[in-house]
Amino acid sequence: MATAAAHAGHDAHHDHKPSFFARWFLSTNHKDIGTLYLLFAFCAGMVGAFLSFGIRMEMEEPGLQYFSNPQTYNVFVTGHGLIMVFFMVMPALIGGFGNWFVPLMIGAPDMAFPRMNNISFWLTVAGFMSLVCSLFVEGAPGASGAGTGWTVYPPLSAAGHPGPAVDFAIFALHLSGAGSILGAINFITTILNMRAPGMTLHKMPLFAWAELVTAFLLLLSLPVLAGAITMLLTDRNFGTTFFDPAGGGDPILWQHLFWFFGHPEVYIMILPAFGIVSHIIATFSRKPVFGYLAMAYAMVAIGVVGFVVWAHHMYTVGLSLQTQSYFVFATMVIAVPTGVKIFSWIATMWGGSIRFTAAMHWAVGFIFLFTVGGVTGVVLANSAVDKYLHDTYYVVAHFHYVLSLGAVFIIFAGVYYWFPKMTGHMIPEWAGKLHFWLAFIGANVLFFPMHFLGLAGMPRRYADYPEAFAGWHKVSTYGGHIFGLGMFVFVIGVILAFRSKERAADNPWGEGATTLEWTLSSPPPFHQFETLPRIVDEPGHH
Amino acid sequence: MRTARTKTPFLSGVAAFGALLVTSAQTFAAGIGQPVPWQMDRQVAVTENARDIHTFEIGLHWLSLAISLFVLGLILWCVFRFSEKRNPTPSKTTHNTAIEVAWTIVPVLILVAVAIPSFRLLRTQLSDPKADVTVKVIGHAWYWSYEYPQTEAGGGFTFDANLDEDKQPKLLATDNDMVVPVNNIVKIQVTSTDVLHSWALPSFGFKIDAVSGRLNQFWFKAEREGTYHGQCSELCGQRHAYMPITVRVVSDEAYAQWLTEAKTKYARLDDGAKFADAR
Repeated sequence: MATAAAHAGHDAHHDHKPSFFARWFLSTNHKDIGTLYLLFAFCAGMVGAFLSFGIRMEMEEPGLQYFSNPQTYNVFVTGHGLIMVFFMVMPALIGGFGNWFVPLMIGAPDMAFPRMNNISFWLTVAGFMSLVCSLFVEGAPGASGAGTGWTVYPPLSAAGHPGPAVDFAIFALHLSGAGSILGAINFITTILNMRAPGMTLHKMPLFAWAELVTAFLLLLSLPVLAGAITMLLTDRNFGTTFFDPAGGGDPILWQHLFWFFGHPEVYIMILPAFGIVSHIIATFSRKPVFGYLAMAYAMVAIGVVGFVVWAHHMYTVGLSLQTQSYFVFATMVIAVPTGVKIFSWIATMWGGSIRFTAAMHWAVGFIFLFTVGGVTGVVLANSAVDKYLHDTYYVVAHFHYVLSLGAVFIIFAGVYYWFPKMTGHMIPEWAGKLHFWLAFIGANVLFFPMHFLGLAGMPRRYADYPEAFAGWHKVSTYGGHIFGLGMFVFVIGVILAFRSKERAADNPWGEGATTLEWTLSSPPPFHQFETLPRIVDEPGHH
Repeated sequence: MRTARTKTPFLSGVAAFGALLVTSAQTFAAGIGQPVPWQMDRQVAVTENARDIHTFEIGLHWLSLAISLFVLGLILWCVFRFSEKRNPTPSKTTHNTAIEVAWTIVPVLILVAVAIPSFRLLRTQLSDPKADVTVKVIGHAWYWSYEYPQTEAGGGFTFDANLDEDKQPKLLATDNDMVVPVNNIVKIQVTSTDVLHSWALPSFGFKIDAVSGRLNQFWFKAEREGTYHGQCSELCGQRHAYMPITVRVVSDEAYAQWLTEAKTKYARLDDGAKFADAR
């Protein structure tokens, strides 16, 4: 009883925030950690964007203009890929929005393991530092940085990079991977055990479903990556030969292990976005999500099937006919649940009363662009065609449509949707819409011509190219500039939001916003739901 | 040298947009064996495999275009018809079993329709016909070397193919070319001595990775004489962009003559180097 009394006394001044250092460096508050993740993702994203700017500048014309050593270009490509995947998209969608809104949406006071949450974040930061270090130490002879591609294929990542840069990169993946595994455990525990009374799994908001599936994917796939990079580390430093045929190993083993992680990783990046887009569409259509259960289980299906399709990244390595046929089949299966989601989003809009806020612009733009990325995915799934398109710019176009125009669009959609809730400030709608149109036009001009380059035969990861490819590369670079311009509008919008005296209402989006976070103040109290909300059966939630 | 019909950049840029995947060999004439400026589709096919891929790919891209436009149309209709102004009271419909079953079954049927030609083509690609000529291709950082085994027709030599900076097309031409006879089944066996590489030839419609410790195999039957260019297609380090592939397809007579010349010009293969029996 004494402890209960002590708790009651503590709760009385629950909104007393800790000092600056304790609040932001020793945080155990899911909202503060979410904010840290989002700020970190933004900073890392800027570094990643700087690298892609370097790539696009170099590709604007044939010949070497900015990189005297093409290996440095490879390092930029590698850094861009690793940073955007592990330190921008994942921290934003999982660590950022996941931390902020999973507990709010399921009516929990915080994450299940607040201290573990903190170390998840700081491990990610440490991983990023290690990756940045790798850019400045020797990798391949005579050049600094790891120029292996984000796939880190040996023997290039082993014998081809004798310097410590690849070791730093591996260490970066180990640290951020450990952080993500801890985060995944935290999400699974929170979602399975801390839902508010009455919130059964089948009444849980789709974003929480998305994070739950994502967390399982992380939990099951990241240990495989950790094992693979450890084997690579021992190959590099301790004389093992897992991936070296000279000692009985096989470079293809790496590819199987890497893609067993790498393909689920793709869904790890996009599933949380699926969750967010469902809420935005429902909110601004003033209609509940269409086919809720199908939406939830489509994500589960995507997650499960996502584990058994990895070798579609390896159609050219010399797999047998039977193996390739299986992976063609399995890969195409994924198009079915993905189609269910696309059509259900449209059906949610159908019959709705749609308000075109900035967030809605991004969400609707996402549906179309993700469809374009999806259909080119079906093209690439056919091993017979992939023999031609593999490792060309067509692939680059495909995965930027689903990630840069997919996941990144929804990161911005999420920011515009939840910014009022997170900060209590409103980003001016015009800024969000202008940002959207610049990004939409810019990204299409940037990535659409890459389909043509790929069909014409332009291989990816080339610092220099035959003159025939120059035209579309130039167009593509212009698109990059337009996209970059949009980022300035975004920053201006955020600055204006904080300068404005206008305060966001608890629920600025009206009756369509039905999830629990909108029942709280904007921003929410430092600790919320000290009396757990009780979920009653809402018609139309399932 | 250039066979390109170069369009003005502006017009092409405009034309390109929205023209998702509706390109065909007729609208934008592609170069033979190499890309041309503003090209929007694949390089001209000179093997049956490449032609089959081309046909299949055009079908897939029309299908992609149809699906993308269908989704875009639905979205635009929703945006127009169900805006706040036109439809102030939202419906509460969240289920319609018939339509949900339909949008699950119809994609399945479409995918089955895609899978059938896909599997058939894949089976042809990975079939193992009797080879008329076998060439071993070896990737190195950063050049290719080719070994022609000793047969009754000749051979028994090896040579390196390095980027030739003085030749056109730039970055695609090599100092020594791989030479094969037209209308003969050529089997290539690909491996690497160091990092991964990938031997790619767009006009023949395939690429195959060069992996140390493995001997990968693919076959082609080029139907047209000419010079065809490809580029290394697996990241292999500093000079990844500078190890092109040039294949010259010549008549049987010219090939026989080349074999004789090559025998004296290039290094002899060790007698001990026997090839895997290519049936």
